[in-house]
Amino acid sequence: MTAVAPDAGPLAAGQGAAAAPVLRTERLTVRFGGLAALNQVDFAVGRGEIRAIIGPNGAGKSTFFNCVTGVLRPTSGRILFNGEDITGLPPNLISRKGIARSYQITNILPNATALENVRIAAQSRRHGWNMFRHHRAFRDLTERAEGVLEAVGLLSKAQELAANLSHGEQRNLEIGIALATEPTLLCLDEPTAGMSAAETRETMQLIRRIARELTILIVEHDMPLVMELASRITVFHYGEVLADGPPAEIQKNTRVQEVYLKT
Amino acid sequence: MSAPAAEPLVQVEDLHTYYGKSHILHGVSLHVGRGEVVGLLGRNGVGKSTTLKTIMGLVPPAQGSIRYEGRSIAGTPPHVLARHGIAYVPEDRRIFRLLTVMENLRTGLDRRGVTDARRRELLEQVFASFPVLAERRNQAGGTLSGGEQQMLAIARAMMLEPRIILLDEPTEGLMPRMVAQIREIVDTLQRQGVAILLVEQNVPLTLAASRRIYIMEKGVVRHHCAAAELSVHDPIIQQYLGV
Amino acid sequence: MDLILGFVQSAPVELIIVQTINGIVTGMILALVASGLTLIFGIMDVVNFAHGELFMLGAYCGVVVFALTGNFWLALLTAAFLVALFGAALQIVTLRPLVGRDPLTTILATFGTSLILQNYALWQFGPVSRKIGEPITSQFTLFYLQYPWYRIAVALLSAAIIGAFYLFLKHSKFGIWIRATTQDRLMAQAMGIPVPWVLTGVFAFGAALAAASGVLFAPLGGVYHTMGLDWVLKAFIVVVVGGMGSLGGSIVAAIFISLLEAYASIWVSPAQAVIVSFVALILTLLFRPTGLFATPK
Repeated sequence: MTAVAPDAGPLAAGQGAAAAPVLRTERLTVRFGGLAALNQVDFAVGRGEIRAIIGPNGAGKSTFFNCVTGVLRPTSGRILFNGEDITGLPPNLISRKGIARSYQITNILPNATALENVRIAAQSRRHGWNMFRHHRAFRDLTERAEGVLEAVGLLSKAQELAANLSHGEQRNLEIGIALATEPTLLCLDEPTAGMSAAETRETMQLIRRIARELTILIVEHDMPLVMELASRITVFHYGEVLADGPPAEIQKNTRVQEVYLKT
Repeated sequence: MSAPAAEPLVQVEDLHTYYGKSHILHGVSLHVGRGEVVGLLGRNGVGKSTTLKTIMGLVPPAQGSIRYEGRSIAGTPPHVLARHGIAYVPEDRRIFRLLTVMENLRTGLDRRGVTDARRRELLEQVFASFPVLAERRNQAGGTLSGGEQQMLAIARAMMLEPRIILLDEPTEGLMPRMVAQIREIVDTLQRQGVAILLVEQNVPLTLAASRRIYIMEKGVVRHHCAAAELSVHDPIIQQYLGV
Repeated sequence: MDLILGFVQSAPVELIIVQTINGIVTGMILALVASGLTLIFGIMDVVNFAHGELFMLGAYCGVVVFALTGNFWLALLTAAFLVALFGAALQIVTLRPLVGRDPLTTILATFGTSLILQNYALWQFGPVSRKIGEPITSQFTLFYLQYPWYRIAVALLSAAIIGAFYLFLKHSKFGIWIRATTQDRLMAQAMGIPVPWVLTGVFAFGAALAAASGVLFAPLGGVYHTMGLDWVLKAFIVVVVGGMGSLGGSIVAAIFISLLEAYASIWVSPAQAVIVSFVALILTLLFRPTGLFATPK
C-alpha cells in the first residue's frame, strides 16, 4: 500500500507532498526464526509529512524503525531513501545519509550540559582531521547547537547539566540531539512516554514547529496526540500494513477499531 | 456507583510511581472488593502494568497509599505480600524456564502452614482445571507453548491460595480458543471467591468478566463505572481505547 | 635442557599415572573451592574476592578445633559450620546493602574483606605455618612410591560433598528456591520466596564449601595466612574456563586444569607448571569467553 505516487520528474517538483517519497520500502520482511515480525511491507512517506505509525503490541512498529535506522538487517526487501537503496547499511552510515532517530529510553549524556549534548551531535556532521582549524569551527558548531536548542525550547537551559533537566525537558533534548545531525528524515520513538499531559502538549507543539523543515515518522500510543499531529497514519498489525490514510479515515475504519479493541 | 459495604480488599489512593525520572503514574486511585473481578483498561503505555507492579511491591511508589485488608502495604517486600494472599501474574508470564512444571508449582506450594493433604488437594484441583499441565508435569517450563505457559503462570499463582490475583494481560498473543479458556478460568476463580484485578486490552472479554471497570490514560484513571454500563461501541471505549 | 633430560630420565607411563592421580586429587579440592565461588556468582552476581580467605579461615578453624579435640572429622564439620555462620553475617553486613548497585561495589567490598581477614589471621596466628595431622596415615604402594591413602580419601570426600550438594539443589525445597531465584529474582519474590535470605543462605553455603576445602587441604600443605591467594586465583580461572554459574562446568574445568598442571610438572617445576592454567584461561577468553559450559539464563 503506497501512500504517494512513485517517481518524480522535473514537472512533479512543484506539486508539493505528492512528489517523490522521501522513504520507501519494498516488500520489507524480517523473520526471527519462523516468526515474521515484518511481512512484505510496502510503505512510503512523502516530503514534509508527519506520518504516525500505530498498532497494537507486537505489530512490528519497533522492528520497522530498527530496519529503517540500520539497527536491524531485514531478511528480504528493500529500503529506499531519496531513491537510494540503503538496505542493510549500518546505523552510522544511515545517519550520514540524513536519517536521525530518538529513542524510547532517553539517551542523553547526563554529565554534560544541554548545549554540549547537542553540540557533540552537531560535531558529527563536521568531521575533520585537521586540528588547527578547530577554533573557528567551534564557534560555528556552538551557533548551530544554540539554534537547535531554541527550536526545542531549551535555549534558556543551555548551561544546565542534562541530568538536572526535568523528564519532559530531557525527552525534548533527545529530539534536539537528533535534530543537530541535520537530518531530512526524523524518526521519533514514543517521544511523549512518561510525560504529563502538559509536557505532552508542549512536545506536540515542538514537533509541529520542526516539521516545517523535515519529514517526520513518529511511533506513538497517545491517540489524541496522533490524531491531532499526524498528516497521515499507517496502522501496523502482525507485521503487515493494515490501513493507511489521513486521521479521519483511520478513525472511521472499522477493521482498525476491531484490531484495537480485540472484538 | 454505591460504595462497597465492607472494607475493600485492596485500596489504592493517589499513587505516583517513577521509573528513574519518567513519571508513569500521576495519581492513580482504585479499589477491589473481596471476591470481585475488576477490569483495568487502557492503551499501551498508560501505566496499567506499573499499577500492578507498584501494588505488588516490585516498584516503589513515590507517593500515595496502598492498603490491603485495611493495612498499609506500601514498602512491604513482595515475598511477604505473596505469603499474605496477593499473587501476581506478569504480562510476559515469566515462568521459571529451567524448572519443571511441577517445580514451578512447588515454588508456590512449599509454604509454611500448608499440610501435605492440602498440598495434594491444591495440585489435584489445578491439574483438573489444567489437564495439559498434568501431562507435562515433568517437562521444563521453557518447552511449553505460549498458551500453556500462561496457564502455568496462573496455576502457579493459585498455589499461593491468594485472596487477590493481579493478572496482567493474560490473553495477549493467545489464540481465540485459549482466550476463551482464560475467560473460563477467571470465572472459576471468581466463583471460588478470589478477587482479580484484571489488566487487559481485550475489551469484550474484560467487559464480560468484570463487575467494575477502570479506564486509564496517561497515568491516571479517567473513567470508572460498572461493567454493565459499558459496551464495546460506547464512545468512552472508543475515546480511551480505540483509534 | 631440563626438558630433554627430564624426558630421557622419566619412566613415562608410571609417572603419568601417578601425576594423573595427583591431578585428580588437587582437582577435586579445587572443584570444591570453585563450586562455592561459581554458586555465589551464579545466584548473586557477586565476584567474591574474599573466597580464598574463607578457605583460609576454615583451615585455621580446623587447626584450632583439632588442637582442642584431636579429632580431624570434628574439626572439618565445625570449621564448615562456623565459617558458614561467619559468611552469612558477612553477607548481611557488607553485601546486602549493595544489592542492585553497580557490581563494582561488591568487588570492592569483597576485596576489602579479604585484606581484613588476611591481616586478622596474621595478627591472630602469627606468620609461622600451622599443620593438621592427617586422619589417615596409612599408605599403599603405587609403583615406586608410597602413596598416602589420605589423598585418595580427600578426592572421594570432595566428590561426595559436591554430589550431595548437587542432589540438594535438584530435589530439595531450598534447592528449588535457589534455582528459581537464580533464574528470575523478581518472580521468585512474587512467589513468596524470601529472596534476601536465599542470597544469604547461598553465600553461607559457598563459605562452608570453601572452609571444608581448607580443612581437607591443611594436612597436605600447611596453614598460613596467605594460603587463600594461590587457591582463589586458580579457582577464578576454573570458574571462567568452566562457565560462570555452571556447577558441572567448574568441576570439569577444575580437574582438567589440575591434570594439565600435574602433567606439565613432569617436565618443568610445579611453580612453572602453573603457566598452563593461564594459557587455558587465555585460550578460553579468546575463543569461548562465556566458558565451556556457560548456563543459559
